[in-house]
Amino acid sequence: MNRRILLLAPFGAAVVAGAGFYSVLGRMKTGTFDPHDVPSQLIGRRVPDFDLPAQAPGQGFGSADLVAQGRPVLLNFFASWCVPCVVEHPELMKLSASGLPLWGIAYKDTVPAASGFLATHGNPFARVARDAPGQVAIDFGVYGVPESYLLDKQGIVRWRMAGPLTPAVVAEGLRPALAKLV
Amino acid sequence: MTSARMALAAMATAISLATPAWAVSDPAEMLPNPAQEARAEQVGRQLRCLVCQNESIEDSNADLARDLRRMVRTRISAGDTDDGATAWVVARYGDFVRLRPPVTATTAFLWASPVLAVLAGLGFALLSRRRAPAPADPLTEAERRRLDALTGP
Repeated sequence: MNRRILLLAPFGAAVVAGAGFYSVLGRMKTGTFDPHDVPSQLIGRRVPDFDLPAQAPGQGFGSADLVAQGRPVLLNFFASWCVPCVVEHPELMKLSASGLPLWGIAYKDTVPAASGFLATHGNPFARVARDAPGQVAIDFGVYGVPESYLLDKQGIVRWRMAGPLTPAVVAEGLRPALAKLV
Repeated sequence: MTSARMALAAMATAISLATPAWAVSDPAEMLPNPAQEARAEQVGRQLRCLVCQNESIEDSNADLARDLRRMVRTRISAGDTDDGATAWVVARYGDFVRLRPPVTATTAFLWASPVLAVLAGLGFALLSRRRAPAPADPLTEAERRRLDALTGP
């Protein structure tokens, strides 16, 4: 009896490991898990101080403007040269249509390219600023585009996504984080 | 000399001739003060490039690595200490950015893993030794005679 359990143990371990890998791969596919994810240092902290110039067709803004909103805002770093940004764009349009204010920052982009991107795919942003040198992005801890930061009405960062906002990421990450703020 | 030996010799020559190639190939990036530049390189070699994740920012060609190299150099030339410049980057990207992470609750297992691996190996060795089957009893006189009869000339 004991021997039989011992013989079955490696098989059981393989089944458990296989199930683990399967669930991890599934979460990687929907975008809710990224093995390269670097946790944000800003969670629970106030948005870093910045002031950025306008990116057509939007109006530039700074951290003070974000806080002055007095309501949750989703801040999105994007670029016209970024393929995952195209992937997440329909989700941004849907979020914007649902009433969540979206503010965008064009990261390391030229003005015509970024405004062309918004003209082609639609503009979900209430205001769009540009960070051509990428310095403000470093203060946020951005290490790639797209990245999205959910700020509460006091301007405290409550949730961050490094990577595209897929439907699963919105449903399992952003929506629950947003629900906690209201 | 066999061809394999010649290939080995050629490889050894190639390796000895190769100089370390840092990505800071652009002289415009370097600080004019050599002592400060050396310090900045020292700091940068301990900081992870977050785009490639297995290279330091000194080794990486990624855009973000170049920006971080520039920030480290700006801070060093402004009179910041090595630790201060490292802390500036860590404040933004967290401990993960350090290629030599500090010992904290989350990294304790990582740092302890070599010791744990040796302990596990020792434990396994001890266990398998204890489990080794006892040596067989020596042959009895009758068995020896039978064996001799069977194998005898």
